Amino acid sequence: MTVTTAGPLPEGEYDVTVVGAGVVGSAIARELARLPLRTALVEAADDVGEGTSKANTAILHTGFDAVPGSLEARLVREGQRMLAAYAADSGIPVEPLGALLVAWDQEQLAALPGLARKAVSNGYDAARILDAGEVRAREPGLGPGALGALHVPGESIICPWTTTLAYATQAVCGGVDLHLNCRVNTVTSGEPYTLGTSRGVLRTRHLVNAAGLYADELDRLLGHTDFTVTPRRGQLIVFDKFARPLVRHILLPVPGALGKGVLVSPTVYGNVMLGPTAEDLDDKTATGSTAEGLAQLREKGRRILPALLAEEVTAVYAGLRAATEHDDYRIVARPERRCVTVGGIRSTGLTASMAIAAHVVELLGEGGLPLGGARELAPVRMPNLGEAFPRPYRSAEMIAADPDYGRIVCHCERVTRGEIRDALAGAIPPGSLDGLRRRTRARGGRCQGFFCGPAVRALFEQAGAGR
Amino acid sequence: MNRTVDALVVGAGPAGLAVAARLAALGAGRVEVLEREPEAGGVPRHCHHGGFGGRLQGPVYARGLTEAAVWCGAVVRTGVSAIGWAGPLTVEVTGPGGLERITARAVVLATGARERPRSARLVPGSRPAGVLTTGELQQAVHLYGQPVGRRAVVVGAEPVAYHAVRTLRRAGARVVALVTEQPRGAWAGTAGRAGGGVLAAPPPVLTGTAVTELLGRGRLSGVRIRHADGRTGVVGCDTVVFTGDWIPDHELARYGGLALDPGTRGPAVDASFRTSEPGVFAVGNVLRGVERAAVAAAEGAAAADQVLAHLSGAPWPVLGPPLVVRAPLVWVSPNRVTGAGAGRMLLRSGAPLVNPVVTVDQDGARLHRARVLGPVSPWRSMRLPLRWTARVGLDGGPVVIGVA
Repeated sequence: MTVTTAGPLPEGEYDVTVVGAGVVGSAIARELARLPLRTALVEAADDVGEGTSKANTAILHTGFDAVPGSLEARLVREGQRMLAAYAADSGIPVEPLGALLVAWDQEQLAALPGLARKAVSNGYDAARILDAGEVRAREPGLGPGALGALHVPGESIICPWTTTLAYATQAVCGGVDLHLNCRVNTVTSGEPYTLGTSRGVLRTRHLVNAAGLYADELDRLLGHTDFTVTPRRGQLIVFDKFARPLVRHILLPVPGALGKGVLVSPTVYGNVMLGPTAEDLDDKTATGSTAEGLAQLREKGRRILPALLAEEVTAVYAGLRAATEHDDYRIVARPERRCVTVGGIRSTGLTASMAIAAHVVELLGEGGLPLGGARELAPVRMPNLGEAFPRPYRSAEMIAADPDYGRIVCHCERVTRGEIRDALAGAIPPGSLDGLRRRTRARGGRCQGFFCGPAVRALFEQAGAGR
Repeated sequence: MNRTVDALVVGAGPAGLAVAARLAALGAGRVEVLEREPEAGGVPRHCHHGGFGGRLQGPVYARGLTEAAVWCGAVVRTGVSAIGWAGPLTVEVTGPGGLERITARAVVLATGARERPRSARLVPGSRPAGVLTTGELQQAVHLYGQPVGRRAVVVGAEPVAYHAVRTLRRAGARVVALVTEQPRGAWAGTAGRAGGGVLAAPPPVLTGTAVTELLGRGRLSGVRIRHADGRTGVVGCDTVVFTGDWIPDHELARYGGLALDPGTRGPAVDASFRTSEPGVFAVGNVLRGVERAAVAAAEGAAAADQVLAHLSGAPWPVLGPPLVVRAPLVWVSPNRVTGAGAGRMLLRSGAPLVNPVVTVDQDGARLHRARVLGPVSPWRSMRLPLRWTARVGLDGGPVVIGVA
């Protein structure tokens, strides 16, 4: 089990290297871990899932609204089934709440039958149109003026943090070397490739570009100019847990001529999320929120679920989708050059991740990567971060076996000393307090550290984490 | 494990400890206090400045209150958390000893208040390290000896802002600006005097100024500010402390379905600290954010007599008409009338006033009119005597409090 965060990289040559440990790169590494190969997963940040994968809408999509016949439609459909099963086996919280695409005007109402037909062409036939009365009965908190909705019962919410961490943990336990704080600066093509990284040289025969927002730049280092990533910022507001009873479904906007609206969705942590904005930017690091963005979201949220706005805001964040000039995913294999680029994976990447991984490994095979000798990976069981599932502070058995599961450190999120200790001793320990939050929820609640901040920091520093 | 006690107090801050001490001293039976932190005492534990209970330092005051409660016979349990309700007067508790359900004849909520963090204030920008509240700052410096930054901006105009300045300085940071949207701070006219102490060298104060964006990746690099006249700028800093802007930490009250007051955002109570739920009392800063520790402790002591009366079988009234405040007033506490009350109400204005005349009306009839002498600031409550409550019609409309 190898996770490195500093110092020179190991000598020798990797059979295959995945650049980018987001949800997609980690899923690919996990798939590769099944093969008797020497595999590396390299990541510029100090943690897995530290880019777009940590800051999205956290929805496990059915793919009902994908472009029929596209690669994205197929991979989302397959990936949804794969991830739903994997989540159940691995302890990743998923809540199958179903979605309502609520129509607020005649144009949106008129669009619903088309969306229902599109769902059928995407192989999803459980979507139904509800009239205004049925919508109101399902969501009594909706603002006035909801004319109808498309009900998509298969849409779910999921924990994006645990998903990426589960993939990466399984990959590492399966023998993949994870190198963090390792930015790829140069690529010298040849047999093998020579990557110049912020931590020295890495040699690899096969290469997977899963660099997300930076996939176009890595591609240019490889000599390809297929696409340009235009970061599309999505700001999101997370409301207090007191808002959770206000909404039962994922409330999705009906796509229309006036652009995409915003969604209101419960999170698996028991909050309610409002967003995202959609702003095309040039800066791939512009993950800040803006006064205009927040005002716009609150305005739209007020119409959808008026009572939501009366609750406190627990967190605000912004993620950047790796949008390109192409409508579909850009998964391009160059077998003769032994490389695969996984580009343009936007909002649906979390859902499709396992199917993308299987697809990419197949493409690597076409480039000569030996795919024989696959084995089953040892299953992974992740600590539960979901409100809908048992948590240690409520478990008499866990507390009896280890009293630290009864010592709540983060009171708002009810995270115990035992859970923090476990995360700090995990296969992939957090590199920062934010990383610890994504593993435990500690400091993620309404007080944002007023009560627990220094106590959590002390545990983090005692463990020697983040060094 | 299921247990029964006579009075269960949730929260061992000044209010909770005071109510427990007096209840135990009055012979209320088994009086148990639940504290989720490893030590009792509440917020004063990490307030290393004087002015508590006269001239005491916060931690000394906290220890004194704890010792008094224990000496009087209350059981003060630390490191255990009240996590919800299993019945109207049954609280679910978790701790290293396992799960419990504690049923009480009276439950007293004394869960305190917290400062609203940056996110709740909707301050845009990046999410770097170095963004704190005073509570986090004081704990980091005074309880954990953790380093904070070197250049700090403090946001807020309440007395707590000055305490943040002192804590930052003690930790070796330079406070480059004190920023507030208010036209003046709590310290104005008192030569930097705050909470019984004097700041020899006050930091530069920017009044009428808002923090509009946080800058920096990884670590805070500065804050963007905007003055009321439209000027903008960036103040370089690696730490920003958002102070004041208190809000009740009222999770149990909400999960218990208690009626809340829209002004205070805490549980609605009458002058006897009775909530809408029979047998459930609320005292201290969970009622509103925020009063000084001595005020919270005095409320606790006063509430003990009311709890004892309940334990002796006094009937539980239905909460009467709500007290509603008109701007610039922001809240009143207590905020329900159930009959003739003793003592006083606390009335908070959102803007500075001078010699205001307070009026109380119900259904068009004037119940009370009185001038409050002197200046009134947004961080100090006016005290309103309760003599007029006997004239409130309990079946009437809302009682409206305003200033002229």
